[in-house]
Amino acid sequence: MSRNSRLIYSPDYTHYYFHDEHPFNQRRLLLTHDLMSMYGLLSASDIIPPRPATDEELALVHDPRYIQFVREQGHSEVELPLAASYGLATEDVPCFANMHESASLIAGGTLHAVEAVMSGEAEHAFNPAGGLHHAFRGRASGFCIYNDCSVAIAYLRKKWNARVLYIDTDAHHGDGVQWAFYDDPQVLTVSFHETGKYLFPGTGNLTERGDGSGYGYSVNVPLDAFTEDDSFLHLYQELVPKLARGFKPDVILTQNGCDAHAYDPLTHLSCSTKIYQAIPRLAHQLAHELCDGRWIAVGGGGYDIWRVVPRAWTLLWSEMTDQPMTDGPLPQAWLERWQPHSELVLPKRLLDEPFPAIPRRAEITQKNRLTLERAMLNAPIQAD
Amino acid sequence: MRIEDIMRKKVITASPATTIGEALLLLRANRIRHLPVVEQDQLVGLISDRDLREALPSRLLTHEDDNTVLHKPVAAIMRREVITGHPLDFIEDAAAQVYEHKIGSLPIVDGGRLVGMITETDLFSSLIELFGVNKPSSHIEVEVEDRVGVLAEVSQVFRDAQVNICSVLVYPGKNPPFKNLVFRAQTIDPRPLIQMLTEKGFTVVWPTEGGTLL
Repeated sequence: MSRNSRLIYSPDYTHYYFHDEHPFNQRRLLLTHDLMSMYGLLSASDIIPPRPATDEELALVHDPRYIQFVREQGHSEVELPLAASYGLATEDVPCFANMHESASLIAGGTLHAVEAVMSGEAEHAFNPAGGLHHAFRGRASGFCIYNDCSVAIAYLRKKWNARVLYIDTDAHHGDGVQWAFYDDPQVLTVSFHETGKYLFPGTGNLTERGDGSGYGYSVNVPLDAFTEDDSFLHLYQELVPKLARGFKPDVILTQNGCDAHAYDPLTHLSCSTKIYQAIPRLAHQLAHELCDGRWIAVGGGGYDIWRVVPRAWTLLWSEMTDQPMTDGPLPQAWLERWQPHSELVLPKRLLDEPFPAIPRRAEITQKNRLTLERAMLNAPIQAD
Repeated sequence: MRIEDIMRKKVITASPATTIGEALLLLRANRIRHLPVVEQDQLVGLISDRDLREALPSRLLTHEDDNTVLHKPVAAIMRREVITGHPLDFIEDAAAQVYEHKIGSLPIVDGGRLVGMITETDLFSSLIELFGVNKPSSHIEVEVEDRVGVLAEVSQVFRDAQVNICSVLVYPGKNPPFKNLVFRAQTIDPRPLIQMLTEKGFTVVWPTEGGTLL
């Protein structure tokens, strides 16, 4: 049994905290860590604490003026005049004390994961606090201040000149990462997400395929609202191996937002925990097949912090560490500890019972099949 | 949006003396389909790729004197009655002209002088921009009665919810007395906004076509 993986984790991650009513809540990491522990999936040597990203590292992607502003705002009692022009002090990204320090700890956590994997210390690493894929060069967006995914990719490019396959299965389009590497043929970004017809950020259309020499190296799979497990996995499992084998990456970075779950309050996809077992399984296999195992996983969206996130990311960690899990009741002690804090009734089992079928399943499945065909056009595909 | 804001200002042109052969090369080299013909800055005619093709002999026939066609001036075949637009026209005027006359481009003329060019491709790309997503945002669609002040009432709710609006479109509704307001709202979490709209009695159109929300 290989346990050659690292979990980048510290309870300090919860300092990235907007306010009590805000849907993005890193308390989910405490629940997740606790669930992993109670399943006996963690040993002390697996865990390494994050380090803060330096300004220089953040500036691989972000505008130094933006970094400076985030720092000043986080140390200011009042809202600074330019906050709105940096996407801060909005409903989505309100200001909070020490926002630079807590955001750079998350970005540094992902860099730490990169270092653990690229140095050979570990084959795989998981930073569940990361995955803040909406942040732009000089602008916060969609709950994200620093884009740890983009910074990590830029770091991989600069320090190891690595070809990076980025796979984003968050229900929202991975726009910040896509635009950061839109003209770079050494970075293949692949995003599976609910169509932007209704959902934020609205981009991630099939026709966004990259620009200049990067044309073909941005792949988007916009799924119809109410897509269920089978259709989601069909598209993911058809497309990702072809792309990975065609692109031949040196390393795989996966963004594992788990807001495509039917319970998620912000999105309209209808998946279950089943996909959160299958998604990392394939990434894991491909990392061994193509990259000597080099696989870095980060978290992402996930706004049902009680019923979805702990189970989804525990499944990811179990896959990464070759400690396979089958369905069964959740540890009683975990339920007893957290149920009193949750307004929602916690699930009883690791995997969901099948949900009632969506009435227009056949139509949605058919639409998604067409989307898959069109997504493959101009992509660096290798036929089986 | 005015034509002068979206028109191409660097226009590839021909003179009446330009030969048909030269005109063909200009179209191919610049990947365009329309060539305004200009004499001392004044627009005097227009040639399209179709006009040029009509002027050429069929490639299935071989005639020894075919080459002479290529040496004729474009003045011999150009259209002299040209439908044009003005730089201060709105984009919808240009779109209507192109649509009504079934043409592919509109030379933009100010006092007889050619100042720009708009093609159907330019119009399409401007429309895509208008309808499209230029900032990360969510789509919020509200079905409203067609009456005075309703847009103000709905946008007041956006203000109360502290949500910035990137764009607004008003569509005719499916039911005649109603209209659909489509907003792009700069937020990843439109739930509080939708709740406030619903509480005020507005109907929010949501992606329910696939089934019911769990």
